[in-house]
Amino acid sequence: MTIADLNVGDIAQVVACKATEIPLKLMEMGCLPEQKIKILQLAVANGPIYLEVNGSFIAIRKETASQIQVKYLKQGANG
Amino acid sequence: MAKKTVNIALVGNPNTGKTSLFNALTGLKQKVGNYPGITVSKKEGFAKITAGLEANIIDLPGTYSLNPSSIDETIVLNYLLDKKNKPDIVLVVAEVEHLKRNLLLFTQIKDLGYPAILVINMADQLDRKGISIDIEALKKQLDSEVVLVSARKNKGIDQLKQVLANHKMLPSQALIKGEAIDKDLFETLEKIVPNQPLYISWLALTHPEVSLLSAEGQKKLNDLALSKNKIKQLQNRETIVRYQVINTILKGIYIKDYMKGSGLRSKLDRILTHQFWGYVIFFLILVTIFQSVFAWASIPMDYIDGLFSDIVHLLEQKLPAGKLTDLITQGIVPGIGGVLIFVPQIAILFFFIALLEETGYMSRAVFLMDKVMRKFGMSGKSVVPLVAGTACAVPAIMATRTISNWRDRLITILVTPFTTCSARLPVYAIIIALVIPDKTVGIFNLQGLVLMILYLLGFFMALLSGYILTWFLKQQNKTFFIIEMPSYKIPSFRNIFIRIVEKTKAFVFGAGKIIFTISIILWFLASYGFYTKQDVSNYEETLLEKKRSPKALDAAVANYKLEHSYIGTAGKLIEPLTKPLGYDWKIGVGLISSFAAREVFVGTMATLYSVGGQDDEGTIKERMAAETNTETGKPLYNLPVGMSLLIFYAFAMQCLSTLAIVKKETNSWKWPLIQLFGMSGFAYLMAFITYHIFS
Repeated sequence: MTIADLNVGDIAQVVACKATEIPLKLMEMGCLPEQKIKILQLAVANGPIYLEVNGSFIAIRKETASQIQVKYLKQGANG
Repeated sequence: MAKKTVNIALVGNPNTGKTSLFNALTGLKQKVGNYPGITVSKKEGFAKITAGLEANIIDLPGTYSLNPSSIDETIVLNYLLDKKNKPDIVLVVAEVEHLKRNLLLFTQIKDLGYPAILVINMADQLDRKGISIDIEALKKQLDSEVVLVSARKNKGIDQLKQVLANHKMLPSQALIKGEAIDKDLFETLEKIVPNQPLYISWLALTHPEVSLLSAEGQKKLNDLALSKNKIKQLQNRETIVRYQVINTILKGIYIKDYMKGSGLRSKLDRILTHQFWGYVIFFLILVTIFQSVFAWASIPMDYIDGLFSDIVHLLEQKLPAGKLTDLITQGIVPGIGGVLIFVPQIAILFFFIALLEETGYMSRAVFLMDKVMRKFGMSGKSVVPLVAGTACAVPAIMATRTISNWRDRLITILVTPFTTCSARLPVYAIIIALVIPDKTVGIFNLQGLVLMILYLLGFFMALLSGYILTWFLKQQNKTFFIIEMPSYKIPSFRNIFIRIVEKTKAFVFGAGKIIFTISIILWFLASYGFYTKQDVSNYEETLLEKKRSPKALDAAVANYKLEHSYIGTAGKLIEPLTKPLGYDWKIGVGLISSFAAREVFVGTMATLYSVGGQDDEGTIKERMAAETNTETGKPLYNLPVGMSLLIFYAFAMQCLSTLAIVKKETNSWKWPLIQLFGMSGFAYLMAFITYHIFS
């Protein structure tokens, strides 16, 4: 399962990122293994994903999100 | 005691309030220059620290780390590693909510061997966000000075100055040992480049594109021959190690109650990033901006226009008649007026853009628009330049630097000049007033509606040409898109004010110089020409035979002179080209001069009609309305001519300043030339079609 498979409100934990496939900047902003992420909003038509990870609020595109393996934790209460 | 000056560099993540701190320290004692060779603006300011100590402060672009992914971020790396102009102290600006992430950059700066001070901004938010920080313990752990400030409220600035006053005592030891990243590699680095902070050698190794070491040292590093993937893995490793160290440091020192503080963000985001309402709100914001710019700016613009025509009138009465007076009243004064008339629009537009950025809304617009913009070969981040382009394409094109992907950035640069910049507005305004009736259609004012359509046409053309460009410009690298969604903030009016002043000044002294110079050249070209005194008196004699009134005689003579002036000759020369569009040679002259800058059109018309005009009173508009077509005897500015002109100005690339900035930003003449000929050729074709549709 990757971030791209999650819905708004879902909480998951980062398992692994493909180092060569995701930008270094994403890791520098706190998206690291073992960190919890929460999906805050999805843009229409498979647009960017707005999420919170390690205290950072960021938006990334679906292609990048699909390179980050996560473990599903729970469905949050609607955002 | 002699005064001493220290050089201070301000660095920090975006959205930490770095600029607020810069403004709080320096006030309006700022100047904007350029870094050598590139157009990235370099902001420097001056601050008094103590009676005997002054500081020269450089506000570096925001960055998340010293591993750059855009031009702006590369500047930070280059600046900090430039051996010749090393800053004495580096202030690393952090903010309370994202301290952990901000510390990543701080540890990197420390490892470069700089005396670094951690400035934690937005301290007034601590309680509201449920955060507590043990500053004394943090100082110890970081082996550095730490100061809490709230830059927008001017709090903590004095404490910061006290710390700066004792800057000689600041420690400059590295925080993180390289062994944790790769033991063998760092031992090798130590051997290859001894006696310098290891982190510098590491950066030189991982960023071979920026030359940080001597040629010899760099060669030895290159001999290590690490693959790109290996470097990337090492950088990831570095990031993980740094976060581990930071987590250990912050344990027990930084405590956040996660139940508190994120209420406003989630409430606002639920609407502002909503899949439907988000777009409705974004559209309404844009409409409000453009409406306000037009409504609010028209009052001061009319005032400036009137003021300058009064000044001209006054000068004409007071000064002795002669060539010098003509130069002043027909060249210089209208030239200055032609520049100043844009100030209201530029100021109001930048007020809105600064407001959107200050509140944190702009990132939401980027988030919403990314998917749409990608269809047109751009990225969500292109929204900012395209909106800024409605003020002026020059700062807008500079704003594309945040787009890290080169193709997306290039397309954004190429299409931005289609957006309706404020230089087009005076041209539109005057032509609309001349040819579109001032009546109401439904709930809309017809003139306002036409203007609105022209705005939309600009955006539409920008998108359409972006789409066409994707056929020719293929994506070469993987595109990454990450944007931080900052927390919502109440805007600081000091920050907004300083920003407006900065942008307006840049326009007046940058583009203004060109407009002013051209106004004077135009006056010269219109006042002198290929005729002698003898020619004029011969012409007068032929007129005398026809027995005209003295006033009509003067007018005819003035027209004769203008027609045979240098510029009139040029206008006549291109008449075969402009005639199919319905323009006479005077409009042709306006078009030629507009290739320097569009707004010159209005000034040219003013110059042309005041040089050749029947009477000296009345505004430019009145003079243009009185102009008749010599063949039909009817008013020259009729609907087909007006519409054709509007379309021409909407599409043609007529701005020297923009071409210059595109050349600088793309580092090639190819792209500005493509813009010049592509856009203008298209404009000619469309203007031709428009003229014939309305005829």
